Amino acid sequence: MKVRAQFALVFNLDKCIGCHTCSVTCKNVWTNRKGVEYAWFNNVESKPGTGFPKNWEDQEKWNGGWELKNKKLKLKSGGKIKRLANIFANPDMPEIDDYYEPFTYNYTHLQNAPLLEATPTARPISQITGETIDKITWGPNWEDDLAGEFSKRSKDKNLEIAQKEIYKEFENTFHLYLPRICNHCLNASCIAACPSGSIYKREEDGIVLVDQDKCRGWRMCVSSCPYKKVFYNWESGKAEKCTGCYPRVESGLPTICSESCVGRIRYNGIMLYDADRIEELASIEDESKLYEAQCNIFLDPNDPEVISAARKEGINDDMIDAAQRSPIWKMAMDWKIAFPMHPEFRTLPMVWYIPPLSPVQSKIDQGKLPTGPDGVLPEANSLRIPVEYLANLFTAGETSIISTALKKLLAMRSYMRSINVEKEANKKIIKSVGLSEEQVKEMYRYLAIANYEDRFVIPTGHEEEVLDDPYGNQGQDGFSFGNNSSEGISKITLFPRRRKETVEPKKTAPIARKR
Amino acid sequence: MNIENFLFGIYPYIALSIFFLGSLIRFDRDQYSWKSDSSQLLSKKYLRLGSNLFHVGILAIFGGHLVGLLTPHGIFLALGVSDMTHQIVAIVAGSIFGVIALFGALILWFRRMLNKRVSKASRKSDKFILSWLLITLIIGLSTIPVSFGHYNHGDPSVMILLSDWVKSIVTFNPQPELLANVDTVFKIHMFFGLTVFLVFPFTRLVHIWSAPFTYLNRPHQVVRSKRKFL
Repeated sequence: MKVRAQFALVFNLDKCIGCHTCSVTCKNVWTNRKGVEYAWFNNVESKPGTGFPKNWEDQEKWNGGWELKNKKLKLKSGGKIKRLANIFANPDMPEIDDYYEPFTYNYTHLQNAPLLEATPTARPISQITGETIDKITWGPNWEDDLAGEFSKRSKDKNLEIAQKEIYKEFENTFHLYLPRICNHCLNASCIAACPSGSIYKREEDGIVLVDQDKCRGWRMCVSSCPYKKVFYNWESGKAEKCTGCYPRVESGLPTICSESCVGRIRYNGIMLYDADRIEELASIEDESKLYEAQCNIFLDPNDPEVISAARKEGINDDMIDAAQRSPIWKMAMDWKIAFPMHPEFRTLPMVWYIPPLSPVQSKIDQGKLPTGPDGVLPEANSLRIPVEYLANLFTAGETSIISTALKKLLAMRSYMRSINVEKEANKKIIKSVGLSEEQVKEMYRYLAIANYEDRFVIPTGHEEEVLDDPYGNQGQDGFSFGNNSSEGISKITLFPRRRKETVEPKKTAPIARKR
Repeated sequence: MNIENFLFGIYPYIALSIFFLGSLIRFDRDQYSWKSDSSQLLSKKYLRLGSNLFHVGILAIFGGHLVGLLTPHGIFLALGVSDMTHQIVAIVAGSIFGVIALFGALILWFRRMLNKRVSKASRKSDKFILSWLLITLIIGLSTIPVSFGHYNHGDPSVMILLSDWVKSIVTFNPQPELLANVDTVFKIHMFFGLTVFLVFPFTRLVHIWSAPFTYLNRPHQVVRSKRKFL
């Protein structure tokens, strides 16, 4: 047993309202720079839909993630020799149009346009070429709220279910939001695919980072990540990805996307797992058993054996304490209502999702939807979003696991309703889904109330344990001399500098004439 | 000192010194800029064909130059490779891989110049080095008819002179006078080739140093610890 701690997240899709606050705060903190205008470390997709980049889930096209070949775990894009042979041009590499051509607008024209018959407009400008774009045909969230035709949206891989045609009828449409960030996988395929060894997992908290100095821009990580969450910065020529907001996490703060989530759908916490079992559990043959396999890799943080093994690995008590109070453990392991996205990619992702309920209130009111014993809440399998669809997303097609979770979420509501409306706790319903009263009350607190301190249980990183001279850095960072933060005023340079110029016209507005 | 003595007696040392020291300094001071600088994200079309042809061709040619010019004469003879065999092998292999590299370089050149996205995202040095390599390659290929002429006359002397000159440079005993009777086209090619070494550290070419062979025997997962000891 080799105990390691992992910073993990759960997103409660039941409460996601698709406001994109997470995407915007993330963009403003991490990717509002030249070269990554098109990159969204956090994005929110409308499902069913092809997503960002287009059809990212289709691994027949991108060859991302892992597969079993002769019962051995291999990168789907091929072995090491094949990868080096493809190094001059990666055959699986997405192109900028698979994401979208980043654009801004010619805003200064609004201020500088001469007197016109028509109102002046701000035309779009490509942030790559700086030229005017006639028509924007794709964007970071083109399919928002099911925009576009069903024929295009239905290319969604998860919609490959028997009754696909039914869902193009308006009355059968269903919809959910899917916020996505890097999954900080336990068996990351981006790390395995990197020829220069620049991507790594941090031992302390499991956050996956790209060493910007060591990255040589071979771009194998971009195609090998099945979630397409490693991006190529076309200005710097380096790979960039979600950093798990590690500077915040080290200070005990949640990631910026989690902090700013207005729906309080995001949970941050620590999970302990057995690093010795990664390969074994990622190589289980039956895809529908992969979710269970990943549950088996987690270690019970209250088990004294685990605790002593963790201490032996140098995991400090703050971390162990956080793991014991982890909201992730509660949702993934205790209540079993959270699931990894696409376990069939075999990367053991560590951002888990609570599937959304989707009742149809009008139908219930008309008595057209089968309801549970309380006569008010619908049955799990009669919800709007097909269970098969959710199962394709979260359990590699195993529907029974998803419907059990949905039943638990419904039972919690029914139970709380019985207390608040009927003034008498209905214990029967929660017993039928195998939950105790204590568990359900806690579930209610975590899911419905979602207090800040329940959502985020993050131990601070112990820098004093890793610095051999903690005073040595005093006064060294921040305002600095040399070439740390300033390039000086010299116009000439031997080696290429970063290009920071923007494409927007910079003509200033005319000064108003004095009257 | 005449210009030829400078170009083939001193310039190689300037170029090679800057090549080695410049690379070292860039690696040490500015590793963030050390990369292959791929533009595949911006335009995939033609890159796969162009880049593969170019890289395979140019690496084979580079290897051929290295082995052909640096292997001591005696070793070739001991291996039973006569000068005439050596010359015809060099001509044939050089033509094949030269043409492969030329096709690749042309595809890449037109792509870089004409594709709006790639062109706008290019640095001046990207366009310069690709053009320079293309010219060097074309001049290199135009030495082949000359070499073939020598071969037809059963005369390997120019090849041997060139090889001796390279050896004189790497043994720190420069003998530019060896090149007195060598055809001008070779000399132009050599000047262009030496200049590639001169500009090497200031361009994207530095990625050649980082050919990732270590990947072959590295474990799949990489874990870094902040702790220096356990």
